[in-house]
Amino acid sequence: MVRFDNVWLKYRREGDPSLESAPDVITDMSFEIPEGGFRWLTGPSGAGKTSVLKLMYLAEHPSRGRIQLLGTNAARVSRREAAMLRRRIGVVYQDFRLLGHLSAYDNVALPMRLARKSEGQVRADVTELMRWVGLSGKLESRPAELSGGEQQRIAIARAVVGRPKLLLADEPTGNLDEEQAERLMLLITGLNGLGTTVVVATHNLGLVARYPGPRLEIEGGRLIRNG
Amino acid sequence: MARRVDHLGLRSAMAERLTPILIGAMSFLAALAIAGALAAAFLAGQWTENTGAALTVQVPEPAGRSQEGVATRLQAVLTRLQTASDVAGARVLSGAELNALLMPWLGEDAEKLALPIPAVITASWTGDGSPDSLRGALDAVAPGTLVETGASWAARVSALTGSLQASAVSVLLIVALVASAVISVVTHAGLAQRRETIEIIHGLGALDSDIAARFAVRATTLAAFGAAIGTASALPVLIWLAALAAPFTGVVVQSSAPAALPFALCEALPAVPVAAALIGWVTTQITVRGWLRRLV
Repeated sequence: MVRFDNVWLKYRREGDPSLESAPDVITDMSFEIPEGGFRWLTGPSGAGKTSVLKLMYLAEHPSRGRIQLLGTNAARVSRREAAMLRRRIGVVYQDFRLLGHLSAYDNVALPMRLARKSEGQVRADVTELMRWVGLSGKLESRPAELSGGEQQRIAIARAVVGRPKLLLADEPTGNLDEEQAERLMLLITGLNGLGTTVVVATHNLGLVARYPGPRLEIEGGRLIRNG
Repeated sequence: MARRVDHLGLRSAMAERLTPILIGAMSFLAALAIAGALAAAFLAGQWTENTGAALTVQVPEPAGRSQEGVATRLQAVLTRLQTASDVAGARVLSGAELNALLMPWLGEDAEKLALPIPAVITASWTGDGSPDSLRGALDAVAPGTLVETGASWAARVSALTGSLQASAVSVLLIVALVASAVISVVTHAGLAQRRETIEIIHGLGALDSDIAARFAVRATTLAAFGAAIGTASALPVLIWLAALAAPFTGVVVQSSAPAALPFALCEALPAVPVAAALIGWVTTQITVRGWLRRLV
């Protein structure tokens, strides 16, 4: 379950420790996504979609308001508990955020290794996922040796390899062709069907039309539609 | 993390060559400082033991009649010393020994000079208190007799060696602080270079302790390696210094092998790489954990 109660967000400006003068990025936002729910997060570029996702994967703290994530008050967790919470959240970043010095295999294996899974389990799960995203022949390739679409698929595989309870995706189909986008949406809806709460941020309304679902629509940092 | 993958890419981020060289130089200095502290402690023990109990009695006009009138002043003082309960090994210095003592001031043959040279008796003071009562007793049988103990010299030697040891400990502390600063700077450089990678791993749920341990293992390895090389480099210098100090310590250095060094030093030197590793571990843990606090 994800719940925002009157959440506000400001970004601290460089060289200005005070938050007071900073503009609001998110304004008084409240919504709830039930466990196993699915939401499209839509809105024009700059509306605040990525900021909402950052609050959900604990990359930012709200300047006001309360966030409940997977049954935990996100403001009251210790650093260790926050790390444990992040392990239950899979994130597909808009800019992939792959580690350039690691192979595709090691990038996908990273969440499992951080969770101290056995190497046998890592090998089985990563190999299976790499095959599923169509990159089983590129296990040892570095991200720089892969195309944008291939990097996107590696990022997706890394986000879902730990079987997260909450999957957040920021423009996940942006670099994928039609077929790969279809496969990704099948994977996402499949995970959702297995009980994973899913939030997909996109400005691609065509994709939203093909996979109808409840929407959180934001504009100028405000929630203008919920449902 | 079961498989040893360099997730943070630290092999290239943390200065591979600079750190061992700088820590090696610090360890070289630390080895010299330890040797200095141990040498000062050894000499302090030896010198205070030898001089603290020494008793020197000067008897002017040794051939004159004593107050009791039955013997010479020298014989009367010697007899009193030999029968005193807190005095051991009283003996009169021979003419040759006295000559050798006075040679720096009076030349090679002091006996031939027309100078009233007192007789000198050496002994050991075995009593706990000061020999004031002895002074009174000796002055009674031979007025003008001087009694000197080595206690005041021993106190000065002790103060001198104490200050030498304090200097050596200060050097060790400074070396440890500089080593810690070097490791902190190298770690900060590594953190800055790997900022994005750390943020990604942090976002995937890595614990602060996981990230700090990765850096600490790397820093500890580099520090221990550098310290081992630095300490080994100090060995020839220490052996040379031990040979130079042999007349004072009484230890004869017969070879150029590390076994020629005092046992206490051989025992202490392996502690330098261990201490460097410990400093590396603790400094890196503090630096990385402090840096990670900036991340949400």
